[in-house]
Amino acid sequence: MNAESSVRGEVHELSYAESIRDAMDIALGSDERVVLMGEDIGVYGGAFQVTGSLVHKYGEDRVMDTPISELGGAGVAVGAALTGLRPIFEFQFSDFSTLAMEQIVNQAAKLRYMLGGAVSVPLVMRLPSGSGTGAAAQHSQSLEAWYGHVPGLKVAQPSTPRDAKGLLLAALEDPDPVLIFEHKLLYKMKGPVPSGYYTTPIGKAAVRREGTDLTIAANSIMALKAEEAAKTLADEGIDAEVIDLRTVRPIDRETVLASVRKTGRLLCVYEGVKTLGVGAEVSAMVAESDAFDFLDGPIVRLGGAECPIPYNPKLEEAVVPQVPAIIRAARDLANGAI
Amino acid sequence: MPDTPPGNTPYAVRAYRPEALREALRKMLLIRKFEEGAEECYMRGLIHGTMHLSIGQEASAVGACMSLGDDDKITSTHRGHGHCLAKGAGVDKMFAEFFGKETGYCRGRGGSMHIADVAKGNLGANGIVGGGLPIAVGSALSAKRLGTGAVTVCFFGDGANNEGAFHEALNMASIWKLPVIFVCENNRYGMSVPTERSTAVKNIADRAIAYAMPGVTLDGNDFSAVAEAVDGAVARARAGDGPSLIENVTYRTRGHSRSDRNRYRSRQEIALWTERDPIPRMAKMLVSHGVMTEDDVEKMEAAAADEIASGIEAARSAPEPGVEDATRDVYTVHSEAME
Ligand SMILES: Cc1ncc(C[n+]2csc(CCOP(=O)(O)OP(=O)(O)O)c2C)c(N)n1
Ligand SMILES: [Mg+2]
Repeated sequence: MNAESSVRGEVHELSYAESIRDAMDIALGSDERVVLMGEDIGVYGGAFQVTGSLVHKYGEDRVMDTPISELGGAGVAVGAALTGLRPIFEFQFSDFSTLAMEQIVNQAAKLRYMLGGAVSVPLVMRLPSGSGTGAAAQHSQSLEAWYGHVPGLKVAQPSTPRDAKGLLLAALEDPDPVLIFEHKLLYKMKGPVPSGYYTTPIGKAAVRREGTDLTIAANSIMALKAEEAAKTLADEGIDAEVIDLRTVRPIDRETVLASVRKTGRLLCVYEGVKTLGVGAEVSAMVAESDAFDFLDGPIVRLGGAECPIPYNPKLEEAVVPQVPAIIRAARDLANGAI
Repeated sequence: MPDTPPGNTPYAVRAYRPEALREALRKMLLIRKFEEGAEECYMRGLIHGTMHLSIGQEASAVGACMSLGDDDKITSTHRGHGHCLAKGAGVDKMFAEFFGKETGYCRGRGGSMHIADVAKGNLGANGIVGGGLPIAVGSALSAKRLGTGAVTVCFFGDGANNEGAFHEALNMASIWKLPVIFVCENNRYGMSVPTERSTAVKNIADRAIAYAMPGVTLDGNDFSAVAEAVDGAVARARAGDGPSLIENVTYRTRGHSRSDRNRYRSRQEIALWTERDPIPRMAKMLVSHGVMTEDDVEKMEAAAADEIASGIEAARSAPEPGVEDATRDVYTVHSEAME
């Protein structure tokens, strides 16, 4: 189910940022067509130090600092992908991709279709995302559902160092545009990462914990919070199954439906604004399927509050789901209190 | 204006009363102390998030606001503390904002990157590079249509001149002859990238020609030069003759933000520009023209430091916003259905 392509290398402890860099290093080293583009990704090493010292290894022609020109920069990446290069475009914050919506949504996503399949746009975009850094409303958004709404795009959200590398390499193999939302709070998190080349399939969720009482379907950092909540729930005798969606477009229906058929309860947890978000899609998938007949209670969604991300740290924490809220919701759901 | 003969007397000394000049220096000192105080709070972990300091750029902020009243507007940038103080904001409410307090300018919702004082005409700092440029043009459009006589000063960095918004904004300001003054604070870098690697023209003011407006590049650490250029552009804007582009060449002596490791520039360069500090230069000008004594300058500096210290103290003990209020002000008219 979670099958990665054959992993031969040894496993090392790497941070999420290091594992993304490792993937880019492998790509740059093995494929001349790969170029990195973005703001301050050269000598500065990237705002979150993800590209690090790659510029020293591959030079400024392949690790390109762009001017502060998101629309133009993204468009250049689209044009280059269309004509033979394999750009990996870094937005400094996912929020700034809104300046490049035109090229992502109108061009990258649709060119192949509009031209009747005559072209493809093998473009990878990396988007540091999410709240929790005190950077307020224009630097903290979770926009995956926006892009997930666009046919022609694929949207991935790794939550572990291992998946961060595997999904990036899979995105590079993909002939179509893939947006990878990286959660900023995860960059320093360490975890086991196989060395060498492997891919993590786009469109496959990962069952992080098996359980029988309820299904918690979550994306990005929320998958980790859900796992943490599941530990406390286990102490209370509630056995939660935790699904890390990993990609939201395509979304892995089968894994979610199979889990709900087994547990009969569904809790969706996501950081993006609750209304019209990822959880709405997951809920609808269940409601529209035979899994609906297995439900023993209502579907519950925990999502971001209906507001921009505030600066004040207490407010910032309060407007996105946290572990205690997940525990409460799961407990109420499992106990039939909702 | 005093009617002393020009001679070698700098523009500022000719153009402004001594009180106004002293107030300008006081604001520059206040900005410097403010930034140092903010930096210290930050280092001590009292403030979260990030923050962009304008140390070294004080002459630009204060010089550009000399002929503005409270009805005139500014749009500011992520490096906006100096602009905010120059336009008349109070230290207490600014620090309260950095501490995320209910008494802050943005009620703790915005922090450093969104600092604003709307009552004084500051429409806000901006987390989006170039975000303020079209907004400034809109503000100038309002002033023209409503006949308020107000002008808008739009601050932006050298990095912002490569955003599409810059080009679209300047073009519209020009075709509609709007009362807006584009003030580029060229501090050599957009984060780590020097202008020669990011920008096709040598001077950012060279862009003005493409939008048929006057453009001038000047020493942005020379208070008098900044004030002279902006005053002229303000007069032009008020007369209905349209926008101008002014490029203040300056330098930020601190890193871009707290995470900057200064890998892209040399110590010598930083030292060179530290020598060109606009504040001692301004103080020297005022002392040499008899506007104040060195002793006055020292006292003024000490008073600024005190004001900052008490601002920080007040902010620390100010009340926090209530968590239940997190979704307030998303819309003007609050409705339960939107929660
Ligand atoms: C649209 C957008 N792109 C990128 C950033 C990240 N960023 C913040 S400040 C900055 C550099 C801006 O340079 P400049 O305009 O010269 O202003 P300075 O920081 O030098 O004052 C960058 C890249 C941003 N905030 N918004
Ligand atoms: Mg700059």
